[in-house]
Amino acid sequence: MKKVFERPKSLTDVPFSYCPGCTHGIAHRLVAEVIDELGIQERTIGIAPVGCSVLCYDFFDVDMQEAAHGRAPAVATGIKRVHPDSIVFSYQGDGDLASIGTAEIVHAANRGEKITVIFINNAIYGMTGGQMAPTTLPGQKTTTSPYGRDTEACGYPIRISEMLSTLDGPAYIARASLHDPQNIVKAKSAIRKAFQAQVDGLGFSLVELLSTCPTNWGMTPVESLKWLEDNMIPRYPLGEYKVIEGVK
Amino acid sequence: MAKGRPVFNEDRCKGCQLCTTVCPVDIVHMSERINSRGYYTAEVTDPDKCITCMKCARICPDVVIEILREATKEEK
Repeated sequence: MKKVFERPKSLTDVPFSYCPGCTHGIAHRLVAEVIDELGIQERTIGIAPVGCSVLCYDFFDVDMQEAAHGRAPAVATGIKRVHPDSIVFSYQGDGDLASIGTAEIVHAANRGEKITVIFINNAIYGMTGGQMAPTTLPGQKTTTSPYGRDTEACGYPIRISEMLSTLDGPAYIARASLHDPQNIVKAKSAIRKAFQAQVDGLGFSLVELLSTCPTNWGMTPVESLKWLEDNMIPRYPLGEYKVIEGVK
Repeated sequence: MAKGRPVFNEDRCKGCQLCTTVCPVDIVHMSERINSRGYYTAEVTDPDKCITCMKCARICPDVVIEILREATKEEK
């Protein structure tokens, strides 16, 4: 018998530090599989964020650089400009990218930096203990919105993919979800297009992945996937938001 | 469907149960065993029934599962 599914080579052997059922692990595997399939492991440089995935430099078997909170797109810009032949990606959560790092992501996208951003949106701050994020849904309970997010005081969730797709810089922007095997396959296809766009030198690419946080949502992993499907997808519709000519 | 079987690297399992919810032939279940990290692990109860759809491997957040598949006639 031959192996038709195994651990991708672009992941190290280090066990993930994430909570049981956390979809970070699925996203890591998809990124590593795409790096393997495109044959770019030796020239890929990843930027680790601040958040639960801060330790992802231990998990990806490529060159990695840690960035200050939210600044991954700025660090990626520098690395890509100094090493234009490398493939540079940042891996960021919603607390990192959609809150403290909003300025960096908007301007990196607007400049059309030839980098790829993997954006994990689980509607909450994970590592710091489940506080409200800019992506938290209206009415969603978190430790800093114990009665549910009040849109009068805290505004509405930011749709990063839609917002960035209005700019001229990006080549490819898509939102996918990790809540079932079919959508995981679609998510991988989007990640592959995003990396391919960079390999082809087309411009900025971003894939937003709807993810879970069972621990801070206060649900089991199985309940979390259902909650994502029922509550997040209506608020964050899946699909490709920007595909310029030449993306394949 | 092609014949094959999943292989679980039980020491990496965190017992999240996601794999048990997606199997179309219902052969992935939680075991009574506790691994070295203190989690109850998932297991395959009837590997002969596996259709190698890879759904369990795709949804596993910890890359616990490998899928083996018998070579098809063309490959032999």
